[in-house]
Amino acid sequence: MSRAGKIARRTFLTGSIATAGGVAFGVYMYRRPSANPLAAGLHEGEAALTPYVLIRPDGVTLITPRADLGQGAAHVQALLIAEELDIELDQVGLDPGPPSAAYYNTALSREALPFASTNESRLAETARTLMDAPIKFLGIQITGGSTTVPDGWQKLRVAGAVARETLKAAASLETGLPVSDLRTRGGAVLLPDGTRLPYTGLAARAAEIDPVTDVTLRDPSAWRLIGKPTMRSDITAKSTGQQLYGIDVTLPGMLFAALRTNPRQGGEMLGYDASRAETMRGVHKIVPVTGGVGVLADNSWRAMRAVEAIRIDWGPAPYRPHQGEHWRALENSFTDKRRDSRLRNDGDVDATLASTTPLEAEYRAPYLAHAPLEPMNATLQIKDGKVDIWTGTQIPRFVQKNVASVVGVKPAQVHVHVTMSGGSFGHRLEDMMVRRAAELAMQADGRPIKLTLSREEDMAHDYPRQIAMARGRGTVSGGHVQAFDLGIAMPSIMRSQMRRLGMPMMGADLQIVAGAWDQPFAIPDYRVSGYRAPDLAPISSWRSVGASTNGFFHESFLDELIHAAGADPLEERLRLCNHAPSRKVLETVGEMSDWGAPLPEGRARGIAFCLSFGTPCAEVVEVTVTESGIRIDKVHVAAEVGRVIDPVNFENQVQGGVIWGLGHAILAETTYDDAMAEQRNFDSFRFMRMYQCPEIIVRGLENDSRVRGIGEPPVPPAAPALANAIFAATGIRLRQMPFVRDMDFV
Amino acid sequence: MKLTVDGTEHELDIETDMPLLWVLRDELGLTGVKYGCGIAECGACMVHIDGQAVHSCQTLVGDVWGEVTTIHGLAAPGTLHAVQAAWVKHQVAQCGYCQSGQIMQAAALLAQTPDPTDQEIDDAMSMNLCRCGTYPRIRAAVRTAARTLQEGTQ
Repeated sequence: MSRAGKIARRTFLTGSIATAGGVAFGVYMYRRPSANPLAAGLHEGEAALTPYVLIRPDGVTLITPRADLGQGAAHVQALLIAEELDIELDQVGLDPGPPSAAYYNTALSREALPFASTNESRLAETARTLMDAPIKFLGIQITGGSTTVPDGWQKLRVAGAVARETLKAAASLETGLPVSDLRTRGGAVLLPDGTRLPYTGLAARAAEIDPVTDVTLRDPSAWRLIGKPTMRSDITAKSTGQQLYGIDVTLPGMLFAALRTNPRQGGEMLGYDASRAETMRGVHKIVPVTGGVGVLADNSWRAMRAVEAIRIDWGPAPYRPHQGEHWRALENSFTDKRRDSRLRNDGDVDATLASTTPLEAEYRAPYLAHAPLEPMNATLQIKDGKVDIWTGTQIPRFVQKNVASVVGVKPAQVHVHVTMSGGSFGHRLEDMMVRRAAELAMQADGRPIKLTLSREEDMAHDYPRQIAMARGRGTVSGGHVQAFDLGIAMPSIMRSQMRRLGMPMMGADLQIVAGAWDQPFAIPDYRVSGYRAPDLAPISSWRSVGASTNGFFHESFLDELIHAAGADPLEERLRLCNHAPSRKVLETVGEMSDWGAPLPEGRARGIAFCLSFGTPCAEVVEVTVTESGIRIDKVHVAAEVGRVIDPVNFENQVQGGVIWGLGHAILAETTYDDAMAEQRNFDSFRFMRMYQCPEIIVRGLENDSRVRGIGEPPVPPAAPALANAIFAATGIRLRQMPFVRDMDFV
Repeated sequence: MKLTVDGTEHELDIETDMPLLWVLRDELGLTGVKYGCGIAECGACMVHIDGQAVHSCQTLVGDVWGEVTTIHGLAAPGTLHAVQAAWVKHQVAQCGYCQSGQIMQAAALLAQTPDPTDQEIDDAMSMNLCRCGTYPRIRAAVRTAARTLQEGTQ
């Protein structure tokens, strides 16, 4: 954080050092790389060879602009740079860097296009490339969509290689030896006689020359780090209490803030009485903000207690107050008028459905809070026309812009220091809390303030996962699935989210059908329609976004049809699958789980598959029926990612994704009453505990040429694989999450 | 009011009904102790009082009956407790926010039950919530730590 501070506080000068870390995508007009944000204000003897590598006489810093939310993003980004830079991970410092247009994310924009990730046609490829240009132009620095690795795979290695070759060129100038005689290892250039010239000593000379941009990436056979188990750089700090998160930021003279805003999200604060709070010990100031009231005090607990003591009159919500009305809105959305997309329409679904009595089923998935364990917080200081913000965020550029607008300064005067995050799962794609913290800081007379939301306040304003419904109709013929017609209704996640960020939302919202329309199956009559429900409670991206609900709908209904056909759930999926890497994933999980081998009485397996964020992932869940309910014994997972960057972190991510999927499917929901979330802490918003956690066996496949992310793809198959296993074990089909409504679990 | 934390005695002028959690975090700067829920559901705030694992968010500072140990004082400075070493070896942490509490819970479990069964590990560790889903690694790390501690005492 302190290092980030040094970088970010430098004034913006025109950098004389060209950016070379980016891979040029897009049309010519936008092809010029963004200015290197590190070039501004470098001191004598320092070099920022690309936006990702900063070399000073006292050390090498790798810039890891994708936020680390616990998924190991910082480590993975550093690893990719270090692989080509020829430096060891314990020789470098890591820094999230300042928010900058140079850190654009092109992989994210690609997912917004109406081409399935398995579609490699020329049209799809052209559209993906064109989409990159505006995203780069806008400089959208977003962490999300399992894109950190796909986005960085090429450009971070190139950044490392450019820095390495430039350092070699500098060493060549310094020594008079030809570059071809120089080698690099362990953070130094090696001369033929064995002399080591550390990179740190070459920085001054390297800064004087043009970066060497004509670089060749190493052959995989030469990799030292990629694909091998490495020690994540944050592990020791996170095992000793030393890791600092946003909530731990402490500044001299800092005031501690608590906040209550209208739990009817977006509603007004009509008035308040703080007479009791004003007299409480440690209270410095009562501060009204947009939609609520905050307290500045000398301690977090005193601030929270005082804010609770304020009597506040809340206005109504801008959405329907009761949960039943939200479900009714979805039920009424399966109409032509509300149809948002029909990107899958193979064969003649209507004719086939009309020819026989179709099997019909309806599914539901509730709102779900993100609820990362670290409650939302932000520390701000506004002084001398300058704003400093310390917070864990996935959208630093939006935070910068939006806080600038609240405070009334230029974005350049707002310095965002991105801290380590105690989880996110999409929660930190929102910045309303930071904007409220800015309002508090504006009234703190230049003193820093740290706003910590109480768990209850955080969960009352979580912008949860979408509520969603699906209706399936299908037929079987000759022991096979013949027709599959799935309609999905949900409010638009993207519209809700983009509106809060002040961004336009155009065209269909592909998240309404993500994880359903784009599945690699050749069902003869196959249709997936998206229906955009009216806006209900505000919603946001939740780990795996649309696919978190749609994977459940698609794979449950497919399983129902397969059982109706009397076919084997794995065999029939393999027969229908028309994408080689996905077939391999299904075959692998079948092999891992010994699919088809007999199980003892009361025990059964279920399988599900989902291709999301470009990653095909299949899971087999094994359950046992016990006297006290269903016990989840084991989960086998296979996923195709092109390259497993670090097998340890990969396994941890997959296991976490499965637990995320299962834990919420069984236990959790967010419901509204009087427009307020009813579950505001972990007593009512329940999640898997260790005693319920199955053994999870993971295999990563590397058959595809494209490199994919793994943060989200293990989530969508988990719930349907469990529901399908429970059906196999009990004959009971669970069509509504959370399953605990209809079934006991151990 | 006197309070002994990680071997250091502090003289504090604070309300007796302030939860120990906030005394540790805001008054003493021991930020390794985490706030997660405030209602003893998540376990991120766990510390030891006389060796027993307690939720510091639901323990009023006036009720503290003994010496407090936090994640910062679990091992001697510059060293790792066997539980911490196992956490590093298995690379348990993802976001890491719950891990101070998980480690304190595991250390208390192993101090009282040096050779826990899988069931005993699950029962004790189910007091602590991990949203990232590191449970399989926590299980493995507790078993490793138990072995290390037993070898050390033989």
